[in-house]
Amino acid sequence: MKVGVVTFPGSLDDVDGRRAVVLAGHEAVALWHGDHDLRGVDAVILPGGFSYGDYLRCGAISRFSPVMTEVVAAAERGMPVLGICNGFQILCESHLLPGALIRNNHQKFVCRDQRLRVENNGTAWTSSYDGGAEITVVLKNGEGSYVADEATLDLLEAEGRVVVRYLDVNPNGSLRDIAGITNERGNVVGLMPHPEHAVEDLCGPGTDGLGFFTSLLAPVG
Amino acid sequence: MARVVVDVMLKPEILDPQGKAVQGALPRLGFEGISDVRQGKRFELEVDGELTEERLAQVREIAEKLLSNPVIEDFAVHVDGAVAGAGA
Repeated sequence: MKVGVVTFPGSLDDVDGRRAVVLAGHEAVALWHGDHDLRGVDAVILPGGFSYGDYLRCGAISRFSPVMTEVVAAAERGMPVLGICNGFQILCESHLLPGALIRNNHQKFVCRDQRLRVENNGTAWTSSYDGGAEITVVLKNGEGSYVADEATLDLLEAEGRVVVRYLDVNPNGSLRDIAGITNERGNVVGLMPHPEHAVEDLCGPGTDGLGFFTSLLAPVG
Repeated sequence: MARVVVDVMLKPEILDPQGKAVQGALPRLGFEGISDVRQGKRFELEVDGELTEERLAQVREIAEKLLSNPVIEDFAVHVDGAVAGAGA
């Protein structure tokens, strides 16, 4: 599969994202924020970082970049799209996912190995995992507190659209310990933790994150 | 040429850690009796030409589409101190 990873001005984890894609057996394609072109990819990853310096709101300006017009249209046609950290913020600002990410409730940047439970393994990005799998990946954010109104949270829970939930500690004040969610169709997934930093034993807390990238090959069920 | 001001505030039910941090600093500086602080953003837009209803509607669209996120924020539009229309 050809998997595109978008680079915005201020993206940090685009290279790690491409490396994770290759380690999962795919071809990685670099995409540029300023192009109206997805270069024929089959899936897109919006990486972590501080696109446009997090000015205005995290992801608020990236949302209107030329490449995002194409990503939104492709996502609405069913293309798998994964937003990690800043990418999750961009997906929320683009209204591809509901809710928003605000400043951590304890006001500090957090960087830790975070345990998560995979609660929905029916998405394009989590089908490699067993349902209820507990994994450990890197978490690093300053504005990672997931918020939405009660009706939206109830809907996400009722439809099984909470993809990953924080275990042990809630690192940023996210409502209902939500670490990641999906859209109705299950092709768009956003999460604050970084699975692309947990794909090799050499660095990071293990290889628990690789499943997000190998899932693209597994049948979605 | 007219100046239009857009104020953006987090909705009341959204936690504002920055406001809380500012409030927490006040007693240390000897200021008592401030029960809450909320931090927001102020945008000053210089609008070319005459400020017509259409131009104001355009500013409100800018406020809704870019300057605020309606999921977590409310905005208010002011001209010369007068309230020109708010959005929730």
